[in-house]
Amino acid sequence: MSGKPRLTYLNGRGRMEPVRWLLAAAGVEFEEVYLETKEQYDKLIKDGFLLFQQVPLVEIDGMKMVQTRAILSYIAGKYNLYGKDLKERALIDMYVEGIADLMQMILMFPFSPPDAKEKNLDSIKDRATNRYFPVFEKVLKQHGQDFLVGNKFSWADVQLMEAILAVEEKVPAVLSGFPQLQVFKTKMSNMPTIKKFLQPGSPRKPPPDAHYVETVLKVFKK
Amino acid sequence: LFSIVAFQFEEEFIETKEDLEKLRNDGVLLFQQVPMVEIDGMRMVQTRAILSYIAAKYNLYGKDLKERAWIDMYVEGTTDLMGMIMYLPFQPADTKEKNLALIIERATTRYFPVYEKALKDHGQDYLVGNKLSWADVHLLEAILMVEECKPDVLSAFPLLQAFKGRISNIPTIKKFLQPGSQRKPPTDEKFVAVVRKIFNI
Repeated sequence: MSGKPRLTYLNGRGRMEPVRWLLAAAGVEFEEVYLETKEQYDKLIKDGFLLFQQVPLVEIDGMKMVQTRAILSYIAGKYNLYGKDLKERALIDMYVEGIADLMQMILMFPFSPPDAKEKNLDSIKDRATNRYFPVFEKVLKQHGQDFLVGNKFSWADVQLMEAILAVEEKVPAVLSGFPQLQVFKTKMSNMPTIKKFLQPGSPRKPPPDAHYVETVLKVFKK
Repeated sequence: LFSIVAFQFEEEFIETKEDLEKLRNDGVLLFQQVPMVEIDGMRMVQTRAILSYIAAKYNLYGKDLKERAWIDMYVEGTTDLMGMIMYLPFQPADTKEKNLALIIERATTRYFPVYEKALKDHGQDYLVGNKLSWADVHLLEAILMVEECKPDVLSAFPLLQAFKGRISNIPTIKKFLQPGSQRKPPTDEKFVAVVRKIFNI
């Protein structure tokens, strides 16, 4: 056991990807265990590893952490990516929760029935451009700083960066009305830890494909 | 969560679509959504963000990062359970029975056993750090909500029964559980209709 955090999830983005992003952004190396079969998953449950019988699971600092938000909050707190006080934390939490709602739509998208896909894609585009991106564009414009909160790199910046790239994969020109976000994206891309994560060979996972969807359905089948 | 610290709060109720539109047009809802809580000069949105802030401000979030991690994990579990109950009245009538059965199954096989075991393992009165926290308040709320679906749901969970009794007797909570408090009644058809109308769903 190396002392590095160990992530257990499928070999794909899903609900674990934000954790990979945050650890990578913090410069923390981690190990991964990939669930490929139902039997592996059932064994984890049987062995009592999963508090609520669900993954993601992150073994960190002697804890078997589950629940993505709890995991992300812990990492953010531990690596000083959570603001300097309660009010900054409140802002980071609000921003992160908003982005999580947008990311949820993207997460669920590959699992939508074929006849709902176009509508769901339109929803993602609509929400990104009319509800979420305008908020962050305005925040950056109003304070003129490089980072969303407290003039310091935080969990909120990592989450926003992940969301921008994820939406761009589906709607390539989505940032066309958001000059501040374009600059933000470039700045984030050039931060050493993020730059490294965006290169081939990093723990970053590719967009979900049919094989991933199939594996999810197989592993989590009732 | 406000009630437990004997914190007084005001409420403004959205009753019509126009009420919501006005809030949106006035730019007071960061992501065009409620809940919204005005507190300490902030217009906070996103329930989890709001709850985290209140918990931290009023010392209901553990004494260090690890206790906070446990509180967060427990709260996320009860959130998932209460989320199922929250959506139940909005589901198609022909799926209600199946969904209700799933709620009871999840409560009794996935969630309640975790909290029962936590209390059993350390033998203390509260879930985390031998001190009242957000996790305890959230669990009590979840227990009461599930009991509204199935009154005897705690029959196999003696420690949760004791927990429920203890937490309910905390003076501020006891007061909140009495008629005339700001606690809201279970969702009825009238409320469902209002929600559907206001949010166009």
